[in-house]
Amino acid sequence: MSGYIIRRVLYAIPILIGVNFLTFVLFFVVNTPDDMARMQLGAKRVTPEAIERWKIQHGYDRPLLWNAKAEGSAQLTDTIFYDKSVRLFAFDFGNADDGRDIAHEIRTRMSPSLALAVPVFIIGIAVNITFALLMAFFRATYLDFWGVVSCVAMMSISGLFYIIGGQYLVSKLWHLVPISGFAGGPDAIKFVVLPVAIGVVSGIGAGARWYRTIFLEEMGRDYVRTARAKGLRESVVLFRHVLKNGMIPILTGAVVVIPMLFLGSLLMESFFGIPGLGSYTIDAIQSQDFAVVRSMVFLGAVLYIVGLLLTDISYTLVDPRVRLA
Amino acid sequence: MPFDPVILWTDALVYVLVIAVAGAALYVRRHEHLRQPWRRVAHSAPGMVGLVVLTFFVVFGLLDSLHFRARLDDAGGGKASYAVEVTSVLDAALRTLQERSEKTYSAPLAYRLYARETVELPDGAQSRVYPRLRHGGAHLKAPEQEWAADVSRRALAGAAGGFIAWVAAAMLICAGIARARAQSIDQVWRALARGGLDLPWRAILITLACVLVLIGVAAALAAKYHVLGTSKVGEDVLYQALKSIRTALVIGTLTTLVMLPFAILLGIAAGYFKGLADDVIQYVYTTLNSIPAVLLIAAAVLMMQVYVDTHPQLFPSGAERADLRLLFLCAILGVTSWTGLCRLLRGETLKIRELDYIQAAQAFGVSHLRIILRHILPNVMHIVLIAVVMEFSSLVLAEAVLSYVGVGVDPSMISYGTMINAARLEMARDPMVWWSLAAAFAFMFALVLAANLFADAVRDAFDPRVAIVKPFKLRLGRTLVGRTG
Repeated sequence: MSGYIIRRVLYAIPILIGVNFLTFVLFFVVNTPDDMARMQLGAKRVTPEAIERWKIQHGYDRPLLWNAKAEGSAQLTDTIFYDKSVRLFAFDFGNADDGRDIAHEIRTRMSPSLALAVPVFIIGIAVNITFALLMAFFRATYLDFWGVVSCVAMMSISGLFYIIGGQYLVSKLWHLVPISGFAGGPDAIKFVVLPVAIGVVSGIGAGARWYRTIFLEEMGRDYVRTARAKGLRESVVLFRHVLKNGMIPILTGAVVVIPMLFLGSLLMESFFGIPGLGSYTIDAIQSQDFAVVRSMVFLGAVLYIVGLLLTDISYTLVDPRVRLA
Repeated sequence: MPFDPVILWTDALVYVLVIAVAGAALYVRRHEHLRQPWRRVAHSAPGMVGLVVLTFFVVFGLLDSLHFRARLDDAGGGKASYAVEVTSVLDAALRTLQERSEKTYSAPLAYRLYARETVELPDGAQSRVYPRLRHGGAHLKAPEQEWAADVSRRALAGAAGGFIAWVAAAMLICAGIARARAQSIDQVWRALARGGLDLPWRAILITLACVLVLIGVAAALAAKYHVLGTSKVGEDVLYQALKSIRTALVIGTLTTLVMLPFAILLGIAAGYFKGLADDVIQYVYTTLNSIPAVLLIAAAVLMMQVYVDTHPQLFPSGAERADLRLLFLCAILGVTSWTGLCRLLRGETLKIRELDYIQAAQAFGVSHLRIILRHILPNVMHIVLIAVVMEFSSLVLAEAVLSYVGVGVDPSMISYGTMINAARLEMARDPMVWWSLAAAFAFMFALVLAANLFADAVRDAFDPRVAIVKPFKLRLGRTLVGRTG
């Protein structure tokens, strides 16, 4: 097991280098260091000298990928790419282009993101499983049929509609919760409750239908037939046997998402004015702040790889037939 | 010539797609084993209902993909001159809608503007009133009394027109079935009403009736009113919603067209050759997969924008620029979404290549290319088909989200995303301007629901093991749409 984990961690390094390289290429085709300097300095103070000074100050005065002037291995290392990427591997994110410390921003913005993402995740899974079990229990009846129909209908509604409609109805018409904003501590509840509800509702369609197929698939297996043959009641078969076995694909499918919860949700956070990592990323895209976007991409990739690793490990925990070597 | 045909890039690809679909349909017709699953699709009532609705959307989209430049009336003979503006056949058909713009917002079917204006009264005094619209309900002399009667009269006439069209269509269909079954039309009609025919004709005809009556009512009212109101710059919202259909269809279909070659080639190569090729391909798609899709799309779209800004000479007209940007968005969406299908195909190929008939072919010295083309590709095509139809609806939904974030289609291009984005700012207005949002969401809902129903029917017919499409289907959806939660 530990050997397997070490191998997977080593395997992650070339992937992360690839991720860095790709974002680097994409963003430096967009704007050269000169453009970045011009944008940060503002229209007034742009002189060639000021741009040069800004580039030296922020470490953009070297060649992008290949330093032809340097000697030996410094040809690779004395470049912007090397300088900016290698530090990421030590989780040293450096400063944003507006001078603020990215690591500090990430630390402070993580908790609003989590305050929104974790309840959506947990309540969402619970609600979806409940609906899916109901549909599986009443399978091949009108309840099941209309359940699936409403799932497909809910899947077909744009996520933006849930947000805009919910915000209008609950905040504007009924004045139950503030329209947007965030506060720390226990006050956070009143800001978070509506986004959480919307997040859960918008996920029901796809989630419940998927879990229903998992449960139905499980119900076609031999052990279910055996359990019925022993004379167990249908509810016992469903809740004791099928639910437990159905949880294996559900949990392992959910594990890969857990690390990504840190990144928050782009849309929800920007609509509800929650100062989390999702809205941070959107702002960075819109202001073309390369340092922030690069850090968020790197963080996202790391979390994704951690999620994959956790998925594999969780297989061995819930399903003793699986062994990692 | 009275017009000068213009073929935009996406138009050309749409034509290619139409030809390819027609060719595939002909091929399937001739091969019984390929017709079998499609027959199962045809037997699914929800699937056929979805298909009927989709057909109407596709007709609008195709009409909007035939572009031309109208000829200008010129006094001097000799060389004909054409308008700079590129219009489509749909534009020409909807010219009245397009040209009858108002000053700013007006509610659906309204005859007055939504905002007050200061007007000068004949006696010189000033007054703040809601002015009459230039076009909507302009034929009414005393709108307060006439309006309700006029609207209902027109709606009824439109519904009757739609109903007559439906009766004609239903008669034709019945006559066709009657000929095929060698029965009288009356017998067929009775069987149909009972639901006793082998295909779900009853559901198809009910859907057709709903759609035709709706179109009839909308067309009758649109002659004198703005059926869905007007937008901030006074554009008819119904016109915008109809124009958005093409954008949505192009995004949903061309993206898969872009992604298929990558996914099929690399997926099969990785599974078939294994070894180094497999390692490299797996590395590429894991790397692409680990970058959050929104960020990758954002970076690529920003890059495109900078390129367009620095090379204005390459894009002679605004329509061409918007069109290329749409094509590029399709390409980048394709790049971010081919990985899921690629992984599925790799897994399936790994399984298939160990089967006896492949081993036999290898032992006979059949070349790799031939084995892949003749033995592997046909056996994974059902996965490809399922992936394509399942991906369509999530791409349509993703467009709206991307346009909201600001990395979607060109702002000058009408799409559901840009409609929602423009209307979102008016939410704070009181009373709210709801019709743009409602129209965009309703059209999107109809399109996506129809696509979902059809996709489900296709999936059930082609693959009884539903589980196989799960990971792929959720990929883009989870990062863009599902992650709203």
